[in-house]
Amino acid sequence: MPKNKILVSGNEAIAQGALQAGCSFYAGYPITPQNEIIAYMAKHMEQAGGAFIQAESELAAINMVYGGSAAGARSMTSSSSPGVSLMQEGISYIAGSQLPAVIVNIMRGGPGLGNIAPTQSDYFQATRGGGHGDYHLIVLAPGSVQEAYDLTQTSFELADKYRIPVMILGDGILGQMMEPVQLSSKKIAANTIKNWALTGCLGRKPNITKSFYLREGALEEFNLKLQKSYELIRKKEERYEGLFLADAKVILVAYGTMARIAKSAIMQLRSQGKKVGLIRPITLWPFPQAPLNVKNKKLKYLVVEMSYGQMLEDVKLAVGGRNKIEFLGRSGGGVPSEEAMIGKIKKLL
Amino acid sequence: MEKIFFRPESLYDVPTHYCPGCGHGIAHRLVAQVINELGIREKTIGIAPVGCAVVAYDYWNFDCSEAPHGRALAVATAIKRVHPQNIVFTYQGDGDLAAIGTNETIHAANRGENLSVIFINNTVYGMTGGQMAPTTLLGQKTSTSIEGRIKEKHGYPLKISEMLAMLPGVCYVERVSLHSPQETLKAKRAIKQAFENQINNLGFSLVEVLSPCPTYWGQAPKESLDWIRDVMQKEFPLGRIK
Repeated sequence: MPKNKILVSGNEAIAQGALQAGCSFYAGYPITPQNEIIAYMAKHMEQAGGAFIQAESELAAINMVYGGSAAGARSMTSSSSPGVSLMQEGISYIAGSQLPAVIVNIMRGGPGLGNIAPTQSDYFQATRGGGHGDYHLIVLAPGSVQEAYDLTQTSFELADKYRIPVMILGDGILGQMMEPVQLSSKKIAANTIKNWALTGCLGRKPNITKSFYLREGALEEFNLKLQKSYELIRKKEERYEGLFLADAKVILVAYGTMARIAKSAIMQLRSQGKKVGLIRPITLWPFPQAPLNVKNKKLKYLVVEMSYGQMLEDVKLAVGGRNKIEFLGRSGGGVPSEEAMIGKIKKLL
Repeated sequence: MEKIFFRPESLYDVPTHYCPGCGHGIAHRLVAQVINELGIREKTIGIAPVGCAVVAYDYWNFDCSEAPHGRALAVATAIKRVHPQNIVFTYQGDGDLAAIGTNETIHAANRGENLSVIFINNTVYGMTGGQMAPTTLLGQKTSTSIEGRIKEKHGYPLKISEMLAMLPGVCYVERVSLHSPQETLKAKRAIKQAFENQINNLGFSLVEVLSPCPTYWGQAPKESLDWIRDVMQKEFPLGRIK
């Protein structure tokens, strides 16, 4: 293997990517299928000069991330669906206090305790904020182990740049799957100057980390400030991968692991001369509007998800009623197959 | 002439929003005074609670953070781990520390986090209108225990300080009161001890402060001080617990 290329699971790649990005605070609570992340952090975080805490619950973990971030450290936690549900309170406070943080959700089946099978059924929770109040996270959906590694670094940069919590949304397949990863030789990004961080008020006025605005009109004013920042993020940070979009008659829309299966289906159909393409959103929030905003009314879409139609709603909003949209989805551990996709596409062509 | 009583630099020169007779103003001042006397204002980070004292940072002149209700010790743990050289403390009420945040409290204490905790016990939820707290006394009437706290229905006043004292990671626990000038001076000494312990890296220190809430006790300010002296401290005895 070439230099700096290693074989790792998606979970380990995320942990390694975080340390490479200068993450210096991690708190987490065990939950399957993401335990490799907390184990990696337990082993390597202190060696890297950072702080690692196994928290007493996901509630504590996310609030430790709040504290770590307020103190100025690049801070991260990781969990899976039920644990991320517990974290929603803290995520809302992090958003409301304009703190940068990275939250990894390696999704498992729900609702409730569900199961530990891969799924994509937390899309709504991730992209609609999840907790209380008018806020968003930036949500990144890696489609390979390499991308999990790379996007983890991106997530810290975006979090610092916009002072916003960023979620990495994967599933059990991505977390557990091993693939070669080209490690970054990029120097660890120097932490952005955080003149808002809590460090003790030596030589300056006190800093306050807060999300409480009681004075009349103050919260509305603050929320508008958040909205302005979200507008900028929408404008600048939409990311997607497009495949065969120029001549496609049917375009599959799928993210994360699901897009890999969609790609196999597309390659098979292309080899038979069928004009099929793929849009793979990489940012789920902001959801990429541009590739879906096309004038060709004959174009048809097939949205494929490991859920019963969550991203589907964003596709419908982006397409705005101009085109026919079909849906294929399974959840609770079911994964839409290549054959099922091909069958649907052939009916649409 | 020497000036022996003055506003410490750690306390802004502003009126507080607290009700007449409330203990928070006194407790804020004690904390500020101790921080000044120890010369640690510029490296102190305080965690304000959810409750009446949420805007404590409007009165304290040093770095502060809010924390979600009950989570102050999780937030404080992380800040202290990131900045071990800073002095980090939480200021929490009974609902915050001993009901919704019991888990965070016990585990931060059990990890022996090198933190100082100022625990204000006034036996009620003040900010939300005087509901029953984990520390409400048996027979005490609140808006959610209208016949008085009944042990069969509501359980007993929770002695979280005694519980925490059992943990090996906890180095210091003392219960103090604000019901008289003498007791207030003792309270200040205990708060100072809790900060000194942190400076000396001794681990988790907690000072429980019995504090009047005349508004939700349905008492006049003077009466509420007498109630602490005559009733409350029988359930919550003053002195060093560990």
